[in-house]
Amino acid sequence: MLDVLDRRILRCLQSDLDAPMSDVAERCQSQVATVARRLARLKKNKVLRGQYAVIDWAALGYEVEVSLRFTLDKTNPKAFDDFLSAARKVRQVIAIQTFLGRVDVRLSVVARDMSDYRQLYRNEILNLPHISELEALMHVATLKISEELPL
Amino acid sequence: MSVWDNIDFEILRELTIDASQSAGALGRQVGLSQPATWRRIKFLKKAGVLVGRRIDLDAEALGFGVTVFLGIKLATKGRVSLEDFERAVTAIPEVQTVQHVLGLYDYRLRVVARDISDFERILRRRIMALPGVGDVEANVLLSEERLAGPI
Repeated sequence: MLDVLDRRILRCLQSDLDAPMSDVAERCQSQVATVARRLARLKKNKVLRGQYAVIDWAALGYEVEVSLRFTLDKTNPKAFDDFLSAARKVRQVIAIQTFLGRVDVRLSVVARDMSDYRQLYRNEILNLPHISELEALMHVATLKISEELPL
Repeated sequence: MSVWDNIDFEILRELTIDASQSAGALGRQVGLSQPATWRRIKFLKKAGVLVGRRIDLDAEALGFGVTVFLGIKLATKGRVSLEDFERAVTAIPEVQTVQHVLGLYDYRLRVVARDISDFERILRRRIMALPGVGDVEANVLLSEERLAGPI
């Protein structure tokens, strides 16, 4: 369905979203009109779903970022649903992921500082339902975050 | 304590959902004029809160059916150079994210692969070959949602 030109265009956009269309066309060895047509098709097919802004939470005053890894009590058939709907209500959660493996669910949380984190942990996180195990990884530094696909 | 007000947060929320909106369209959403909105966006960028935009691609449609998160512990025996490890791991194209963490693991990686056997290849040939790598834990991503967070 996707050919070499589609992949080239997406690769260009992944590396520089602000590049003018003429540059993209040139780098993909194509014409502006062709690139525009391809982009419209990629959008229509929902391969290109849109674009979103990336926020630096530390610059907003949220200095602490923690990965909380949960193992849930799977003897309760509603454990996942209950846990996820409760987790969505916690305001300082910025991402929720579910896994196959030793960890069932991971929450990314941000806090202003350690005392803010302690409050969040005690008052909200520990009150989430059906937790059987919980482990925290505190982020020290992000060395790479491209989320680019190796197209 | 914060220099940001609710309108800034509203702008950020909108942009994390759709960053292709013009300042004019965004202004109508938050009740500001086009130039006023543009000024706020410029200020958010200058302060390092808005760090960039990313295209949202359907990884599966592009042939990347598997995303795995790896927890990596560096081997404690012998001298391990963090720089060597970090340089080598960030250079692997399938590794999308590298985070230095504190806790059970030293690093957290997000890896994309075409399928499970492709992932096995990346794990064996690339990850296990990294200098100083010790214990590795893998969790396969099943679902993921981004949330607005505390704004």
